[in-house]
Amino acid sequence: MFRIYCPYCGELREEEEFHPKGPAHLARPADPDNCTDEQWGDFLYFRDNPRGLHNELWVHALGCRKFFNVTRDTQTYLIKGSYRLGESPDQARTSGDQA
Amino acid sequence: MRQTNRLSDGGRIDRSKPMTFSFNGNQYSGYEGDTLSSALIANGVNVIGRSFKYGRPRGIVAAGADEPNAIVQLGATEATQVPNVRATQQPLFDGLVSQPTSGWPSLKFDLLGFSGQLFGRALPPGFYYKTFMFPQAAWKFYEKHIRKAAGLGRSPTEPDVDEYDHLNQHTDVLIVGAGPAGLSAALTAARSGAHVILADEQAEMGGSLLSSRSRINGAEASQWVADTLQELAGMDNVLLLPNATVNGYHDHNFLTIHERRTDHLGDRAPENQTRQRMHRVRADWVVLATGAHERPLVYANNDLPGCMLASAVSTYIRRYAVIPGHSLVAMTTNDAGYQAAFDWQDAGRNVVALVDTRQAPTGDCVEEARRRGIRLLIGHAVIEAKGSTRVSAARVAPLSEDGQHLTGPAEKLACDTIASSGGWSPAVHLSCHTGGRPVWNDEVIGFVPGESLQRQSIAGAIAGTFDLAGCLEQGTQQGAEAARQAGYEAKPASLPTVEEPATGNAMALFCIPHEQRISRAPKQFVDFQNDVTAAAIELATREGFESIEHVKRYTALGFGTDQGKLGNINGMAIAAKSMNKTIAETGTTIFRPNYTPVTFGAIAGRHCDDLFDPERHTAMHDWHVRHGALFENVGQWKRPWYYPKPGETMQQSLDRECLATRNGVGILDASTLGKIDIQGKDAREFIGRVYTNAWAKLAVGKCRYGLMCGEDGMVFDDGVTSCLGEEHFLMTTTTGGAAHVLEWLELYHQTEWPELEVYMNTVTDHWATMTIAGPDSRKLLAELTDDIDLDKESFKFMDWRQGTVADVPARVFRISFTGELSYEINVPANYGLDVWEALFEKGERYNLTPYGTETMHILRAEKGFIIAGQDTDGSMHPYDLGLDWAVKEDKPYSFIGKRGMKREDCLRQDRKQLVGLKTKDPSIVLPEGAQAVDDPKQPVPMTMLGHVTSSYYSANLGRSIAMGVIRGGHQRSGETVYYPLSDGRVVEAEITSTLFLDPKGERQNV
Ligand SMILES: [Zn+2]
Repeated sequence: MFRIYCPYCGELREEEEFHPKGPAHLARPADPDNCTDEQWGDFLYFRDNPRGLHNELWVHALGCRKFFNVTRDTQTYLIKGSYRLGESPDQARTSGDQA
Repeated sequence: MRQTNRLSDGGRIDRSKPMTFSFNGNQYSGYEGDTLSSALIANGVNVIGRSFKYGRPRGIVAAGADEPNAIVQLGATEATQVPNVRATQQPLFDGLVSQPTSGWPSLKFDLLGFSGQLFGRALPPGFYYKTFMFPQAAWKFYEKHIRKAAGLGRSPTEPDVDEYDHLNQHTDVLIVGAGPAGLSAALTAARSGAHVILADEQAEMGGSLLSSRSRINGAEASQWVADTLQELAGMDNVLLLPNATVNGYHDHNFLTIHERRTDHLGDRAPENQTRQRMHRVRADWVVLATGAHERPLVYANNDLPGCMLASAVSTYIRRYAVIPGHSLVAMTTNDAGYQAAFDWQDAGRNVVALVDTRQAPTGDCVEEARRRGIRLLIGHAVIEAKGSTRVSAARVAPLSEDGQHLTGPAEKLACDTIASSGGWSPAVHLSCHTGGRPVWNDEVIGFVPGESLQRQSIAGAIAGTFDLAGCLEQGTQQGAEAARQAGYEAKPASLPTVEEPATGNAMALFCIPHEQRISRAPKQFVDFQNDVTAAAIELATREGFESIEHVKRYTALGFGTDQGKLGNINGMAIAAKSMNKTIAETGTTIFRPNYTPVTFGAIAGRHCDDLFDPERHTAMHDWHVRHGALFENVGQWKRPWYYPKPGETMQQSLDRECLATRNGVGILDASTLGKIDIQGKDAREFIGRVYTNAWAKLAVGKCRYGLMCGEDGMVFDDGVTSCLGEEHFLMTTTTGGAAHVLEWLELYHQTEWPELEVYMNTVTDHWATMTIAGPDSRKLLAELTDDIDLDKESFKFMDWRQGTVADVPARVFRISFTGELSYEINVPANYGLDVWEALFEKGERYNLTPYGTETMHILRAEKGFIIAGQDTDGSMHPYDLGLDWAVKEDKPYSFIGKRGMKREDCLRQDRKQLVGLKTKDPSIVLPEGAQAVDDPKQPVPMTMLGHVTSSYYSANLGRSIAMGVIRGGHQRSGETVYYPLSDGRVVEAEITSTLFLDPKGERQNV
């Protein structure tokens, strides 16, 4: 049971309040109509499954409803920190935001 | 009955408070402060159960959580039955009723004792896999016998009468274990001001100090325990939890503590008290001071009642003032084992011999043994116990220096108790729960916790520190460290002075050799609960199981409710030796939660009965209840399913509701449909991207059906969205999909299109929604509104109007899920019941009939309208469903689902496509889920074409109707398919259009 930092609420909260939404930084192709089936299939179905640090998209579903990214170690389950959409993983943090 | 083994003085029991209890139908007496096991020993009860595989008699071995044999069933009544209780952990209370669990059907002579002979040879290691897993059917046959026999107890057949609860807690420091290390850690941390929780599984805190011969600050160690607890109890920042087992250590320092609040008081909890509590604790820092478990030595017939752990013998004598026998042979590989002999002698009974496996032991204990005149057999070992239901003698023989073989003939020593100590295994269990791997330490002769990634430290015996002074020092250090880590200033504490014997080196020895080799010697037990012997482990390695995890699964070593607390290390040592490896090389198996069994009551807490899961009720719920509705669960909503009248069958109710709606007017509570309010200057663009159809031109006052697909092009939700203003829309979703759709909308808005100015929120609960449907619905509505023009030319199908209904502000949508003239009236939820009742008041003359979800399903199926999630299953795109008209391919933005539904696989002509189905025999209603085939005579496995998704009897049509998917079905209209059913019937059906009624849609355009 994780404790996850919401970079919008500025608080560490229980995992129960959040939903995981898959890997972070997974952009929808800009021009879907001109993707090949293979490209679209890659976007739809193929995901990295790294051992170690992994950037993930989470949503504070039972809180502020904001989506944000979490850098988590898939082996130890330790969380390095969270960062807002548009920020980079090296900005991952566990405190400091104003609600 | 007289307590023949009770000592006349000493111990921590209260002789002024006698108690009676029963075990296996016999009445006994004990004292307050006893555990069930100490009270049984006091009464001379030797045999506690029989082993599950061989049916051998078993007695009490240990004094704590590591006890493998004394597993009892507790409970004076059926409703208070608790299985799997360790007698060693159950405090005695007056009137306690217990039964053996492994002694089925009776302790003295039982079927298993008999069949054990039969079974025994037939149950070699690997028996679970060889016998039960293949074929699976065999498991069903054996299971009920094995479960009964395996000492697992039974669950009560009546509901638990007691209450349980959960408590969420945050703390600066959680200390697990209140022995010397835990207590000193708690004291230091608490004095810094940090909030401290100290949890211990026993009724009395103090751990080993409660039976220790060592002295602290010049007094008995128990005095220091009392002083320390008194100071801690007086501090506001300390929570002391006795009878509380920390069972699980989860990620990010989340720990669960199973507190037995009243189990020591009686058969059921006193009035207004919860029996047990699960503490869910988030700790800033954790100190594990869980201590160590003594290892028994493995020798022939070491499972005979009377064979015990040396430390358990001491604990029973010193703490409970009971002595488990008359004449003792104590065997040890280390100095700690000497205490049992001293305590035994001090209790006035005969120590036959002290057998030390070491060749030249040194230390204070050895000197004291000599001084006491105890017969000391140096360089010897007990190689075999003799006796039938109790030890009658020990065979002792000289041992080589490495302990691997015998160097002389055995001598037989008459005795009734054999205590053994093979050293101490740190209780590393909790440190493994989050993935830590224990590491072997040659000096400790045991596994100690590996490096932890949690905010945690270890202190005392768990760290391999076995001397008292060391435990107190480490506890103090780690308590200070914990406080510092939690942000407090810990002052340096002075350590108490300790008087304890100086100890010599221990010997690493696990399995004692016998004159015969392991496979031939009498059984040498490693895991008592699973009847795993040294020979079985050896056999497993001979059969090629080299990984310790595989050996465990093959032999069932460590499988029982004691989870190998007693036998694991010995088993690993034997496996390592037979593979010519070191224990460090073979490693250990990993422990998982829970540390000891937890009751279902504690897991469930208050989440029972009415509080099991939240229920959502609409504003009209009470009316539905009053009018006899039966309810259906849709997500957490309770929706009226149908409204039976007295004497009606379900089908008769549905027929009545369906006919009344199509011929007059019916009413449905549709409040549960998801409603999402969407606003902003880009709201229209946003909606156009998430729906498959066109939204650019939808005018204010108009509604439109919308279809939602995932990026894979598959339909996942649908609903009607209305244009409330140029920048304001109201989207409806399926009842069950509402939360998911809102999260999905937010996902796209926040991650893909943050540039769109759009805002959305759920308004599901804000509105009460009632749908009136049927030819009389306009007349009925007209009686309740005077500011909405209901003329069919001005208020058209798929329009909505703002006005008042029954004097309440309302939004009225002329939309239809039945194909009838229909109005969906939305009023603020608080007015819902009023308006609903006003409709019935005016509706009497139209025979206004309430209908539920089942009639709604039939009426929509008559019109071929799909229900997302029933007629779709995540593998169907709009074209599969015949909803081509709801896809607008030339929208400028490549809407969600567009690319997905164009993948090669989605364009196949032989995809499963939604069609109507009419059985040749109109009275037969196809079962939903039935599979269609072309050739019912084809041998199994048959070529399946697709399944029935919706199927009903339609009173309006006087026949059954169904929808289903068929491969290439859209091209097969008029053809016949067959549905072979599980009862042997084959139902013939014709593929038709899904429009069973009013194909031109005239009924709703009136
Ligand atoms: Zn938040």
